[in-house]
Amino acid sequence: MDFLFKPWPWYISGFLIALTMFVLLLLGKKFGMSSNLRTMCTICGAGKKTSFFNFDWKADSWNLIVVLGAVIGGYIGAHFLSDGSMPDISEATRASLDSLGISENNAYLPQELFSLDNVMNLKTIAILLGGGLLIGFGTRYAGGCTSGHAISGLSNLQLPSLIAVIGFFIGGLIMVHLLYPLIF
Amino acid sequence: MKRIVLLIIGIVFGIIMYKSEAASWFRIYEMFRFESIHMYGIMGVAVGFGILFVQLIKRFNIKSVDGEPIKIAPKEKSFTRYMVGGIIFGLGWALVGACPGPIFVMIGAGFVPMLIVFIGALIGTYIYGVLRDKLPH
Repeated sequence: MDFLFKPWPWYISGFLIALTMFVLLLLGKKFGMSSNLRTMCTICGAGKKTSFFNFDWKADSWNLIVVLGAVIGGYIGAHFLSDGSMPDISEATRASLDSLGISENNAYLPQELFSLDNVMNLKTIAILLGGGLLIGFGTRYAGGCTSGHAISGLSNLQLPSLIAVIGFFIGGLIMVHLLYPLIF
Repeated sequence: MKRIVLLIIGIVFGIIMYKSEAASWFRIYEMFRFESIHMYGIMGVAVGFGILFVQLIKRFNIKSVDGEPIKIAPKEKSFTRYMVGGIIFGLGWALVGACPGPIFVMIGAGFVPMLIVFIGALIGTYIYGVLRDKLPH
């Protein structure tokens, strides 16, 4: 049982993610996390003013159950299956953290951004809120996120998903290599 | 019954995201610096087996548990929306080190500030809905 508590190797994780998609397909569903954000907007009443949110959200409510499960899974992973330690990233990555003001001895997420003690300053809130805005806007514009495009879409050999995934990487590379030095 | 199955799938998915470290900012940052195979390995293996599973469904006409044929709706043909939307998404993904699935997983893991990312994502989704007809697709 010891292997459960260590970080899982990528070849196991990758297989299990594909299996998750397969089981959802067999249940007549699809693997896509970001459409839940649209459903939640609709539940909050966004459909009254904007036609994009005026859809039968109950038909998609099954996906909210999956997301609720993901929250519970995160709780189980953090509290029962690990000690919350920092991922064992490469030495080169570790060495570069200093220039961002992020400690090399850290937790599962960087404490500088995701601890309650540090979040109460405007810059951190702006980073988290801004990042969320980009994710929410971009994923709906692109019609999917990492699960919908990079896993489901590429598995179905869809050209639009390949374009989207290339876009994901262009955006990510611009952020880390060009904008990080300006932001952090 | 189906709801319980979906909840279990979600729980297992959340555990996979946590234990694979795909939900960690550090792994995303490392990926965009090309300094480890970890994230590329996860996605490569996932897509490899994903292609296999989808081909199995198509070749053997596997039906869903309801007896319906499994159809994966093709995305509409376009370039602009996927490229521009993708880039915007990528900027956010790299900035906070989480995509939509891991946002929920990390909230469950107890990282309260991730709620700010979640609220931002809801607002971003709403802004897209409002501007949709004015955007090139």
